[in-house]
Amino acid sequence: MSDPASFVVVPEVTDTNRHFWEGGREGRLVLLRCGDCGYYLHPPVPVCPIDRSKNLAPEAVSGRGRVASYTVNHHPWLPGFDPPYVVALVELAEQPGLRLTTNIVHCPPEAVGIGQEVEVVFRRIEDPGGDVWLPLFEPIDGAHDGGR
Amino acid sequence: MAAGDNLAERRCAITGIGQSEVGRRLGRDPLELTLDACYAAVDDAGLRPSDIDGLSTYPGPMAQPRGFSGASATAAIDAMRLDVNWYDSGVETAGQLGSVMKACLAVGAGLADHVLCFRSVWEGSAQGAGGRASLGPGGGGGGRLYASDFQQWTLPFGSAGAPIWIALYAQAHMHRYGVTPEQLAQIALNGRRNAARNPKAIYRQPMTLDDYFASRMITTPLRLFDCDVPCDGATAVVVSRRELASDLARPPVLVEAMGTAMHDRPSWDQCKDLTRIMGADAAAQLWGRTDLTPADVDVAEVYDGFSYLTMLWLEALGLCGPGESGAYVDGGARIALEGPLPLNTHGGQLSAGRLHGYGFLHEACVQLRGEGGERQVTPAPQVALVAAGGGTTCGCMLLTTSR
Repeated sequence: MSDPASFVVVPEVTDTNRHFWEGGREGRLVLLRCGDCGYYLHPPVPVCPIDRSKNLAPEAVSGRGRVASYTVNHHPWLPGFDPPYVVALVELAEQPGLRLTTNIVHCPPEAVGIGQEVEVVFRRIEDPGGDVWLPLFEPIDGAHDGGR
Repeated sequence: MAAGDNLAERRCAITGIGQSEVGRRLGRDPLELTLDACYAAVDDAGLRPSDIDGLSTYPGPMAQPRGFSGASATAAIDAMRLDVNWYDSGVETAGQLGSVMKACLAVGAGLADHVLCFRSVWEGSAQGAGGRASLGPGGGGGGRLYASDFQQWTLPFGSAGAPIWIALYAQAHMHRYGVTPEQLAQIALNGRRNAARNPKAIYRQPMTLDDYFASRMITTPLRLFDCDVPCDGATAVVVSRRELASDLARPPVLVEAMGTAMHDRPSWDQCKDLTRIMGADAAAQLWGRTDLTPADVDVAEVYDGFSYLTMLWLEALGLCGPGESGAYVDGGARIALEGPLPLNTHGGQLSAGRLHGYGFLHEACVQLRGEGGERQVTPAPQVALVAAGGGTTCGCMLLTTSR
């Protein structure tokens, strides 16, 4: 039995998702984007659904967004994930509906709210197969339109 | 009905229903539970196994999560020595009811006359004393777990399962529309009230609002009592060609309309609107296939794998307007057994057990046949609406009596 504190979930890096999970090395949040119509594709697929272009390339986004929804999880689902912690859907500034499932960090759970402006921070996970960087988000200034 | 007499489902009736023993942890062979339900449904219809010429099930063979599938289609076909003209299973369909709706398509297309449909679970026993928490994907070698496919986008962030994914919808909906925790509680309280009158329900002792609020928070706003109870059990129905139904043992339940549509990305976090369940597309399709309207529904059996799914389904099905589910269930009188829209009359999955979709279908047939005993809706319902699924997979059916 391994030490729960050292337990981590590591995204399995492939040629398809490498830009996303390794972008944090340079402090950048990187998504696949269509070079012809500008649409961001997430999760990545090999053909743009808007214009069928295959001219796709990873591109850094601003790393800014808003909390579209969140939940304060109180259940110990996984070792190493000590409740309470906040799972959120962050809608990125670049495109309506472009969301990441993530955590809101560097603020108490009760300070998180829908509409809150957030910015990416990265958590590095060391792995023998190559380190990865999880994009997490922190409040920009704590302002939001008030969760009920 | 004038509209849609050429629809596949109008050529179908549910002629038999059956259910195995249901329990929290029965420790019985899942195939035995499956066969108990299947033979019961065939007997109920007054048919013999040799009359069954089709078989359909959800989800088919699935080793993980443990207990999610009690038998594959071929395991049941072989165990019952069925000779089938059509058979099917699969998890990528319009929710658990997708398997029944596919049976309607097969019958409507003339491929089979009597299709046996079943859903079999043994999640209670599979999860053991650790309960649902034991399903956590923990404990890979070396203290790490590698997440691939869709799990890579959620699991590294501790977004470890459906309660969290549904909670994200719930929180967005509550924020937008002002649904209160007291209103949400009505789904669990209503289920428990009805379960008290269902001898096969898992949890039958009374639940008060205080009991509800005393149950531990899983992930806001969902408490333990907002999550359904894993169980062991199997449910089966026979979908028959309608012309053959009148000669059988039981009054047939007619399939009036069905809905399978999904006009959105099949994704938990990339869908268009976090406050709307995808079942809204299936429901719109259903209402487009019948002259009946939501006002005609006498009893509704609506999926409550998590309580908030019922709230979203009530809106999706047109039983109330968008954002109105909180006010609709407020106080609980409207959805009570004696109310204008009796809801989840057997207790739902929250109290009667997670029979996974088919429990609602079974109960709708029980109510339409007037066999609900202590929980029978009166006057006897003529129209029942059944909806199952949530997240990325939803389906619904409208059933009527032949009276």
